[in-house]
Amino acid sequence: MNKTHKIADAFAAGKAFIPFITCGDPDLETTKEIIRSMAANGADLIELGIPFSDPTAEGPILQSASLRALKGGVTTDKIFQMVRELREDACAPVNLPMVFLTYANVIFSYDAEKFIRSCSEIGINGLIIPDLPFEEKGEFSDICQKYDVALISLIAPTSANRTAMIARTAQGFVYIVSSLGVSGTDTKSDTDISSLVELVRENTSLPCAAGPSVSTPGQAAMLAQHADGIMTDAAIIKLIEKHGRDAAAPVGEYVKSMKEALLCV
Amino acid sequence: MPNSKGRFGAHGGQYIPEILMNAVIELEEAYNHYKEDPEFNRELTALSNEYAGRPSRLYYAEKMTKDLGGPKIYLKREDLNHTGSHKINNVLGQALLAKKMGKTRLIAETGAGQHGVASATAAALLGMECVVFMGEEDTIRQALNVYRMRLLGAKVVSVKTGTATLKDAVSEAMREWTSRIDDTHYCLGSVMGPHPFPTIVRDFQSVISREIRQQVMEKEGRLPDVVMACVGGGSNAMGTFYHFIEDKNVELIGCEAAGRGIDTFETAATISTGRPGIFHGMKSYFCQDKYGQIAPVYSISAGLDYPGIGPEHAWLHDTGRAKYVPVTDDEAVNAFEYLSRTEGIIPAIESAHAIAHALKIAPKYSKDQIIVITISGRGDKDCAAIARYRGEDIHE
Repeated sequence: MNKTHKIADAFAAGKAFIPFITCGDPDLETTKEIIRSMAANGADLIELGIPFSDPTAEGPILQSASLRALKGGVTTDKIFQMVRELREDACAPVNLPMVFLTYANVIFSYDAEKFIRSCSEIGINGLIIPDLPFEEKGEFSDICQKYDVALISLIAPTSANRTAMIARTAQGFVYIVSSLGVSGTDTKSDTDISSLVELVRENTSLPCAAGPSVSTPGQAAMLAQHADGIMTDAAIIKLIEKHGRDAAAPVGEYVKSMKEALLCV
Repeated sequence: MPNSKGRFGAHGGQYIPEILMNAVIELEEAYNHYKEDPEFNRELTALSNEYAGRPSRLYYAEKMTKDLGGPKIYLKREDLNHTGSHKINNVLGQALLAKKMGKTRLIAETGAGQHGVASATAAALLGMECVVFMGEEDTIRQALNVYRMRLLGAKVVSVKTGTATLKDAVSEAMREWTSRIDDTHYCLGSVMGPHPFPTIVRDFQSVISREIRQQVMEKEGRLPDVVMACVGGGSNAMGTFYHFIEDKNVELIGCEAAGRGIDTFETAATISTGRPGIFHGMKSYFCQDKYGQIAPVYSISAGLDYPGIGPEHAWLHDTGRAKYVPVTDDEAVNAFEYLSRTEGIIPAIESAHAIAHALKIAPKYSKDQIIVITISGRGDKDCAAIARYRGEDIHE
């Protein structure tokens, strides 16, 4: 596929908003509608979660979303097919950059080369793998390189002396985990984001996106004073949990409010 | 590219969130320092001997030997340790290490409750706070151990996610560690998880095989022909095998929990039914579906009810150095009753898996051969569940 969308595009015009969605929660048709709604309401890049049975880096809200999706029968192949349909839609193809978030075993057990080649074919721009730290990047990095899929690095408040090393070999954008704990929990963000971002910038020219425990436009605007983009997960999952198959409109409104807040930064 | 650490062949590694990386690096550095520290080793040996009751006996099971009519059967009595299982060996080591690192709080996962009880015990002894994560299903199966942990001053968190068993308890303990690293050490109970845990736990458990070697040399003047143990994550088996790995004439056998059988979905026999994967911080064998979703495993034994196996076992399997065999619930329960009646020893249902396999293979060995079976724990905790299995409802 001729990629007309690049991760860099997401950060080209001001602060980026990067919403997350668990594919197949509650079903893939709804996921498709929500992705379109996100795109139409100002999302700059979308993080698509491929559910894993045992997401050890995620809190109860995201765990439940994965469970609902898996119970509904979603699989990696069905998610690939959904992305392909969105990208190749004759009338209204989805053209913004998209990345997958999933656990190492989902990729490894599918056959890493087959998985990453498929990503490239269907127009997935990058991979975020919460249980793949710098030391284990070698598991997938050569294959990602080969198929031009960015292997996105995470930097945490506890990274300290590791920050520079991680930033120097980062690709796509740098994902700055803004608080301790698992994702989707309301931990207060007591991390000094500005100095973390500064340290990252000394070592790479890539954009920095912070998240995912950001839920309100106010929080987003504050964090965006330092970061180039804002990532949000639990707030969206909660909307989907509440509205189910009718979630596309309320999620769209939410994305719009977050993006508007970022436009003012 | 970075070199990944803690590999056993292709297995092992550190597949964990970035948030935890500095914590495991700090742990590795502290461990490498203290394992060579005479003062640390003196303290640990004193605790193991004076408090936990080491060395544990290597008992000649004469009645069992006569009954089977084959090789001499020796039982390594880890059930006689303080807290009733081998888990104390690892916990004393890790708790002491954590204390030296300035940590004031231990968190642990537990399946059967033995590791939880051992952790709560060490925390009480060393004046540390302790939180134990246990699957809700297991808190019901092992209610007595839940009470023991609370009695010892630990907080028990009932984990309701997923299958509400050991794997979910591990996931929840990892999540907790992610949110509180500064004062907290994750006292992992088996030879699994990210490097350096498989190595640390193996080293602390290797006291089992060090003693077996010495004791069997004293009693028989030679090494055994077979050493065997049950395997879930695999800590008692790794401890039992470790000092025999270089002795190629000693057969190493790990007994996995087959649940209702390896041809059913209700099994936890990882080597028999799993395939390579990445989970809980390590590359190893896991029970999983074609898309890499971890399978909901089952065994009557809460301690073996885990969909993976430690990476060093995976490597011993790959190289053929150790053999891993499945043992069903039925076989284990029969062995549980057999050892109770024959030797007056009530083994943990986990350990009964190893006894069951010994009953199967003993006839293939001659009278001048020696089999050593590790009894990883005592079976008091299992009596109510086994009674239920036999259709008898008793109240604990």
